[in-house]
Amino acid sequence: MIENQKNYLTYPKGIMSWLLTLDHKRIGLMYLFGGLAFFFLGGLLALGMRLELAAPGNDFMSNDTYNNVYTLHGAIMVFLFIIPAIPGALGNILLPLMLGAKDVAFPRLNLASFYLYTLGALFTIYTIIAGGVDTGWTFYTPYSTTSTSNVIPMTMGIFIIGFSSILTGLNFIATIHKMRIPGLTWYKLPLFVWALYGTSLVQITATPVIAITMVLLILERLLGIGIFDPALGGDPVLYQHFFWFYSHPAVYIMILPAFGIVSEIIPVHSRKKIWGYKFIAFSTLSIAFIGFLVWGHHMFTSGQSVFSQIVFSFITYFVGIPTGVKIFSWILTMYRGQVSFTPPMLYALSFLFLFTIGGLTGIFLGAVALDIHLHDTYFVVAHFHYVMQGGTIVAFLGGLHHWWPKSMGTMYNQTVANICCLGVFLGFNGTFFPQFLLGLRGMPRRYATYDPQYADLHNYSSFWSAILGLSIFIAIMNLLWSLRKNNKLDPGTNPWGAMTLEWTHTTSPPHPHNFEEEPVLEHGPYDYDKVIVEPTFKK
Amino acid sequence: MSHDNSSPSFLQHHFHDVKQQYETAKLGMWAFILTEVLTFGGLFVAYVVYRSWYPEMFINANLLLDVNKGLLNTVVLITSSLTMALAIWAIQKKNKNLSLVMLILTFILAFMFLGIKYLEYSHKFEVGQLPGEYYSYMGPEIAHINNPHIFFSIYFMMTGLHGLHVAIGMGLIGWLIYATAKGNLHSEYYTPMEMIGIFWHLVDLIWIYLFPLFYLIG
Repeated sequence: MIENQKNYLTYPKGIMSWLLTLDHKRIGLMYLFGGLAFFFLGGLLALGMRLELAAPGNDFMSNDTYNNVYTLHGAIMVFLFIIPAIPGALGNILLPLMLGAKDVAFPRLNLASFYLYTLGALFTIYTIIAGGVDTGWTFYTPYSTTSTSNVIPMTMGIFIIGFSSILTGLNFIATIHKMRIPGLTWYKLPLFVWALYGTSLVQITATPVIAITMVLLILERLLGIGIFDPALGGDPVLYQHFFWFYSHPAVYIMILPAFGIVSEIIPVHSRKKIWGYKFIAFSTLSIAFIGFLVWGHHMFTSGQSVFSQIVFSFITYFVGIPTGVKIFSWILTMYRGQVSFTPPMLYALSFLFLFTIGGLTGIFLGAVALDIHLHDTYFVVAHFHYVMQGGTIVAFLGGLHHWWPKSMGTMYNQTVANICCLGVFLGFNGTFFPQFLLGLRGMPRRYATYDPQYADLHNYSSFWSAILGLSIFIAIMNLLWSLRKNNKLDPGTNPWGAMTLEWTHTTSPPHPHNFEEEPVLEHGPYDYDKVIVEPTFKK
Repeated sequence: MSHDNSSPSFLQHHFHDVKQQYETAKLGMWAFILTEVLTFGGLFVAYVVYRSWYPEMFINANLLLDVNKGLLNTVVLITSSLTMALAIWAIQKKNKNLSLVMLILTFILAFMFLGIKYLEYSHKFEVGQLPGEYYSYMGPEIAHINNPHIFFSIYFMMTGLHGLHVAIGMGLIGWLIYATAKGNLHSEYYTPMEMIGIFWHLVDLIWIYLFPLFYLIG
C-alpha cells in the first residue's frame, strides 16, 4: 500500500465538497455526527429526568418542565437519533461497500434525504427554543390538538424526517436489488444487508402513514377538520390506530439494523461461520411482515373490542418466533468458536443479554390481562428501554467500534472501550431493572413526583443512570480521541480478520470511489471454515 | 468518470451499463409508487371508518357535489394519461415533435383538471361547504343529518392531496417538455419520461377511485 494515498475523508477537500457530496460514505458520516449530537442532547434530557426522579418531590423542575423534558427526550431519541442513525450512518457507509458497488443507486436522492433530515432537525431545535412540547412523543389526541405547547413545529419536523426516512429506504431497496457485483447472489449477502433490506421495506411502507397522520394532526389544530375531535363527530382513537400502524413497525425500523450489526460482529469475532444464515435472513423479513399486524397491542386500554384484543395479542406472540430464531442462531454461532473479547464483541454479548430481557418482557405486555395491569407503568418504560437502548443503541455502539477502523482509519484505545462497555452494561441494568419492579408495584410513567414508597428504587435507578451516561460519553470520546494526529492505521488494516468486501477489497478508510477496481467475489461473507483471513493490525 | 469514451453521456458513473441504470430507476420508481399508495391509504382508511359510522350522512352530503364537473374531470384526466403514454410511444419511435405535442397536451389537460377543480372548490367556499369548524351550509339536502362537515373534511383532504399531486405532476411534465425540446431526452434515453409517466398514471388511478367514492355514492 502506498503512503498518503487518496481516501474519501481527505479527497476532495473543502467544506463545500462535504455539503454537496454525493459520496455515500461522506453522507453517512454526516448522518453519524448529526445523530450523535442528538443522542447527546436526548441523553442530557434523560439524565435531567433521572435527577428529578432521584427523590419523590418536585426538586429541580416543575411538572410542566418535566412534561417537556420527557416529550423531547422521546421525540429526539426516536425520530432524530435511533431511526436515522443506523440506516443513515452505518447503512450508508457500509451498504455499497458490502455490495461491491461504487455508490448507492440514487446518490442525489441520498443527499436530499440528508438535507431533509437536517431540515427536520431545525424544526426540532426551533421547538426547543420556542418553549418545548408537552404531549409525550406519541402526540395522542385530543390532548395534542388542544395543548398550547409547540405541537405543530415538532410534528412538522417529524413529517419532514419521515420523508428523509422514506427516501433512504427506497434508495437502499434499489441499491440492494440492482447494485450488487456479478456473483453476489442474495444468499451470499452479508446479513447486515438483509437487515437493511427488511428495514427499508418497513420504512417505505409504514412511514407514509405517519406522514399523513401528522398532516391530519396539524390540520386538526390549524383548521379544526374534526377527524380526531369527538366534539365534531370525529374519533381520537382513530389517531392511535394511525399512529401505531406506523410506530409499531417503526420499532422494527429501529431494531432490525441492530440485528444486522450483531449478525456481522458475532461470526467475525468468533472466527466461525454464522449458524443458520437463511434462518436469520428470513426471520428478518418475517419480523418486518408481522410487525404490521400487531399495532393494536398498544391500545389494549384505549377501547377496542375484546375480539380484536385477543387477535392482536395472539399475533404479537408470533413476533417471538423469528426473534428467538435469531437469538439461538447467534448463540450457536459462538458455540465452539474462538470468541475474542474485543470491544465490538463485548457490545454484541451485552446486546444478547439485554435484548433477550427486553424481548421476553414484551411477551408479558402482549398478554391482555397483564397489560391492563402494567399499561402506562414503569414496566413499559423498562421494556421499551431494554429493547431500544439495551438492544439498538448497544448494538449501534458495537457496530461503531467494529467499523470505526474501517471508516475512519484509526484505532481507539481498546482497553478504555472495554471498560466503557462494562460501564454501559452495568449502568444500563442498574438504571432500568429497578423500573420493572417499580412498574409491577404500580408506579405510573410520565410523573415528576411519586409516592415515597417508590423512593429507594428510583434513587437506585438514578444513581446507575449517571454511570450509564458517563460510560457512553467516555466511549464516544474514546472513539473521537483516536482521530488525533499521527494515529493513522496502515490502509491495509483488517483488525478483526473480517471477510466481507468492505474489509477484504478496499483500504481503511476506503478509496473515494470505494474500490480501485471492481472487486471479484472469492468467498462468502462468513466462510471461516474454508478460507483463512488473518487479522492485520499495523500503524 | 470511470467509464471510457464509448459510454453514452447519460450513463451515471456508478452504473455498469445503461440497462442497469434503467432497471434501477424503474425499481426505485415503483417503490416510490408504493409509498404514494400508502400515503393515500391512510386517508382511504379514514374514509371507510367515517362512511361506516355515518352512512346516511355520506349519501346526503354527496348530493352537494357537482357530478358533472367530477365526470368531466375524470374524462380530462384519463385523456391526459393517454397523451402521456403516446408521448412515450412517440419518443420511442424517434418522433420528437409528436412527443412534444403529446406532452404539451398532457400539460394542458392537467391544467384543465385543476381549473375545473378550482371552480368546484370556489363554489364550496362560497356556500360554506367546508371542512370541520368552518362548515356553515344548512341546505335542504342535509336537513336532519349530523356531521356533514366530516364528509367535507375528508373530501378536501383527499382531493386536496390529489390536486397537489396534479400540480407537482404539471411541474414535472413542464420539465419533460423542456428536456425533450432541448434534445436531452431521445429514443436512446427517455427514462425520466417513462418514470414521470408512471407517476402520472398513478395520479390518474387515484382519481378513478376518488370519483366514485365521493360523487357516485347516492
